[in-house]
Amino acid sequence: MSLEKTHPKEVKQILSKYPLEHKRSAVMPLLYLAQREEGFITKSAMQDIAQMLEMTETEVASIVGFYTLYHDEKAGKYRMQVCTDLPCALRGADEFLNNLCGNLGIKVGETTPDGLVTLEAVMCLAACDKAPMFQTQGPDGIKYHELMTVDRTMELIDALKQAEEK
Amino acid sequence: MSHVLLRHRDIPNINRLDVYKKNGGFAAWKKAVTKMQPNEVTGVVKDSGLRGRGGAGFPTGMKWSFIDNKNWPHYVVANADESEPGTFKDREIMEGNPFQFLEGLALGSYAVGANAAYVYLRGEFWELAAFLDEKIAEMEEAGYLGENLFGTEYSLKIYTHLGAGAYICGEETALLESLEGKRGQPRVRPPFPPSYGLYGKPTIINNVETFTNVPAILANGADWYKSMGTMDSAGVKVFSLSGRVRKPGNYELPFGTTFRQLIYEHAGGVQEGRPVKAIMPAGASSSLIVVDDKVLDTPMDYATVRTLGADLGSASVIVLDDTVDIDWVINKTIKFFKHESCGKCTPCREGNYWMKHLTSRIHSGNGSKDDVDLLLNVAKQMQGKCLCALGEFSTMAVVTGIERFPQDFKKAVKA
Ligand SMILES: Cc1cc2nc3c(=O)[nH]c(=O)nc-3n(C[C@H](O)[C@H](O)[C@H](O)COP(=O)(O)O)c2cc1C
Ligand code: SF4
Ligand code: FES
Repeated sequence: MSLEKTHPKEVKQILSKYPLEHKRSAVMPLLYLAQREEGFITKSAMQDIAQMLEMTETEVASIVGFYTLYHDEKAGKYRMQVCTDLPCALRGADEFLNNLCGNLGIKVGETTPDGLVTLEAVMCLAACDKAPMFQTQGPDGIKYHELMTVDRTMELIDALKQAEEK
Repeated sequence: MSHVLLRHRDIPNINRLDVYKKNGGFAAWKKAVTKMQPNEVTGVVKDSGLRGRGGAGFPTGMKWSFIDNKNWPHYVVANADESEPGTFKDREIMEGNPFQFLEGLALGSYAVGANAAYVYLRGEFWELAAFLDEKIAEMEEAGYLGENLFGTEYSLKIYTHLGAGAYICGEETALLESLEGKRGQPRVRPPFPPSYGLYGKPTIINNVETFTNVPAILANGADWYKSMGTMDSAGVKVFSLSGRVRKPGNYELPFGTTFRQLIYEHAGGVQEGRPVKAIMPAGASSSLIVVDDKVLDTPMDYATVRTLGADLGSASVIVLDDTVDIDWVINKTIKFFKHESCGKCTPCREGNYWMKHLTSRIHSGNGSKDDVDLLLNVAKQMQGKCLCALGEFSTMAVVTGIERFPQDFKKAVKA
């Protein structure tokens, strides 16, 4: 289904931000919109966006490939992205991630068996004074979780799980 | 002393339009649009000595005066990509004091005759972008943005645009490519954005913090601004302090504050009272400074930090204590740069690939002395050959780390 049909208001609002003759600028916000549905961007969504913006499908795919927040493969419903860059690592981020792996029984890059959480290590998220920290990328967008402990993270995952069961 | 930029720390709810207005907000904006010529606004900013806060410290008023007035329309872009490891100031400014930032962006737009301005935020600032959208809508409602402002001919719209996870998009020409809906890869320069920018039109790009200074400068005057800071670097700066300090965070201080004052007076010193071994004043892109008493007493401004063999950059000060091994540090920084190299030019793409191999081998204890020499050689070979500054940045910690902390590498390859 075309985004113009499923999200007419959002599409119109996005296109209105850019000059008519430069509607290609809308490719990034439209990709976010498409990604909301399934947590990754399908081939047909790329086709749809290419058509809307008069781009080739290859061009759209190359943009999906270039930027790390776009995904072309299914993963857990939530991507839990722990920052292990230098400043966070100086404040215990690597140990935090290790312990989290232990608690969840998965390795970095893997997904919990229930398909809820994929654990990832990422670069600086501009929260270096609040390590250990991570962001969750999911159906409701991106959220920051700062000054975290493994216990509080497990509570967060439990809450997500419960919301899921409802 | 009260804050100039982080005013939300002094005034509760300044992120509400009525509160911001009650505290002098938008007075400069109204005065500029109704009573000043655009080039007068640029003139005041020039006189204030304000320099860009995105890293390079380029004089802001001078940049604005470079706008090409033979080619229209003009655009203004706020760089809110904030992805340098160790930098987290723009986020606090936009969250805490959003109207002052937006007013500054509006003033910059008026100064160069732009009717549309974009805020390019890193994709992770998803919630922040939605928050700014609300603030922009409130400004439109109150008549501070939109058509025929204050009954004049001048109109201005501000839009937010989210990136999607790519450090290189903080480089201004890569940012423009990204905003045009392309992969974020730097352009060959010249031409520079003030003549050839967004959609090929004259464009001014400044950092969030740079813009946030402008309303205060217009309200209080250039002389007031110059009375703070040093001869070389006027005014105040938000220092993002991270690493092994007791109280990491943002500190708004005048240029010329010493490292010692920042670390010991403001941030409570080093964790467990340990000594400072090294400082990276510009995030992961920094050279490593070997720290002694003299270094700690060095005033932080652009020119003086250069005498220590480093750049102040965006003043994201990372503190390393004596328990930190430098081979571990550069393994981290190279992991970052290898990941973030956009791949457009060979020296940076290949150089970072090799540096990654070598730093992880050395750090994991499987390296030899020859590996260290080769690593230094690869880094030095890259210098001066990359298309954009990212390539150069990636070599800084490696070269200064190996040259200034040889004992750490001796230990790493022996162990
Ligand atoms: C790799 C790289 C990353 C950069 N990242 C940022 C950034 O996140 N934010 C920023 O304001 N400037 C960044 N810059 C600097 C910009 O290219 C540009 O100089 C700056 O936005 C100009 O604004 P200013 O004059 O107000 O400093 C980066 C530069 C390079 C080479
Ligand atoms: S130096 Fe690196 S980041 Fe810059 S253009 Fe070349 S490959 Fe891209
Ligand atoms: S290093 Fe982790 S948020 Fe900056």
